[in-house]
Amino acid sequence: MSSAASRDGLLTGALRRVGAVAVFFVAVLAQCVPALARPRLIVHQVYNAGARSLIIIMLCGLFVGMVLGLQGFDLLQRFGSEDALGVAAALGLLKELGPVVTALLFAGRAGTALTSEIGLMRATDQLTAMQMMAVDPMQRIVAPRFIGGVIAMPLLVAIFNLVGLFGAQLVGVQMMDVDAGAFWSQMQGAVQLNDVQEGFIKSVVFGTACSLIAVHEGYHTEPTAAGVGLATTRTVVTSSVLTLLLDYILTAAFL
Amino acid sequence: MVVDVKGVHYAVGRREIFAGLDVVARRGRVTAIMGPSGTGKTTLLRLITGQTAPTSGEVLLWGQRVATLRQRDLYALRRRTGMLFQNGALLTDLDVFENVAFPVREHTDLTEPLIRELVLTKLHAVGLRGAARMMPSELSGGMARRVALARAVVLDPELLIYDEPFVGLDPISMGVIVRLIRQMNRVLGITSIVVSHDVHELAAIADDSYLLSQGRCVASGSPEELHRSESEVVRQFLDGVADGPVPFHFPAPDYRDQLLGVDRRAQRGRAA
Repeated sequence: MSSAASRDGLLTGALRRVGAVAVFFVAVLAQCVPALARPRLIVHQVYNAGARSLIIIMLCGLFVGMVLGLQGFDLLQRFGSEDALGVAAALGLLKELGPVVTALLFAGRAGTALTSEIGLMRATDQLTAMQMMAVDPMQRIVAPRFIGGVIAMPLLVAIFNLVGLFGAQLVGVQMMDVDAGAFWSQMQGAVQLNDVQEGFIKSVVFGTACSLIAVHEGYHTEPTAAGVGLATTRTVVTSSVLTLLLDYILTAAFL
Repeated sequence: MVVDVKGVHYAVGRREIFAGLDVVARRGRVTAIMGPSGTGKTTLLRLITGQTAPTSGEVLLWGQRVATLRQRDLYALRRRTGMLFQNGALLTDLDVFENVAFPVREHTDLTEPLIRELVLTKLHAVGLRGAARMMPSELSGGMARRVALARAVVLDPELLIYDEPFVGLDPISMGVIVRLIRQMNRVLGITSIVVSHDVHELAAIADDSYLLSQGRCVASGSPEELHRSESEVVRQFLDGVADGPVPFHFPAPDYRDQLLGVDRRAQRGRAA
């Protein structure tokens, strides 16, 4: 009886949270139009969310590409088709690993920064002060950060993919002696525009989801030190789970 | 009448903060709201500025019911209002100059030289023109409060609300803030509401005073009238006495029983 009640409570709580995020999403979208009239604020947020995540994205992209090169070579040489390493690495990165790993890193780096920044503004009355100055924080703080995150994600994914391909090439061509001409020409021949589009759409969806979760958690932070910590943790957990769930849905939709 | 709080009831959960509160702030006067900690002084400011709505009763700001206004109309009223927060609430990613310039940039199309002149004038008035390029993290509490005051008055509001402006200030900073509040009121004719429990500082600047206790206004009048009052509550508050109508201790079980663990044993007994 009590476990059924607690299950109902969990379900109700989860539904309420999803509803709250959906209502918040609509409110953010409504503020995006006026926020777009101030491109300087958005460029600043693209820099914050994007440029400041570059090092971690490039570093991880390189290692993911190198691992892909090693594993791909090991698998493909069993079938004597190691020349297809370029295709395997490109498709793996463009369609799957690029958007997903970038989104997970984005949630951990830029998402937590967004949540803690907005949460601390809440805790130190800065958002209330803005409202008292007749400035809507949704328009001035939340919307530019949300748009900045949505724009930054595809750019980061593109850089992740480029560096990842370089890593795969480094291992495959330079270390494992795969033919460079075959590596690049097979990739050029096999990768279609659809594959690039799939990766791009995924990156935009993940960017929207991760940025929305980050600004939502920050804006609704309990105004205490513990509250900011909890909101930051929730951002990482929710964004990561949501990214993987959306990835499955989108992959199924594209097949 | 700039602010008119009429028969306001307000509760947070089951805890009643106000039970029929009446407060008035008249044009061009300094109104002091005093009371012990936890009496809801800051909550009253939140009600006046429309950050929260009363359970019943009404709060009028320039004759308009703030609780029922649409955001656009509420923001129009807030543009005529300046508020000094207890902690300053400066925007931490902007320097002092940009903090003061923030409302100007948001609400006007003034040119950069004009904004610069306006901001430097306000910073000079609070004695911090030289700190224009410092970040909020580099400021002391008193300096942050003065920057926040410059920001609150940069658009020449008709109503200025101060939330505990004297807390944690050294005597020099406190004297400066007291003088500034008085000057703003006398020179610019700004209506001011000051929430504080610093009786002596308020006596120097207030035209009207309200003493809140246990959800109601228990005394009102000029500071002199309050000082002459024979009311027990007023005397306890002004003289800083622990025993009186306002309890110093939060409701608790008997001290001796609690120390000896009698209450815990009784609880265990009830549970068994």
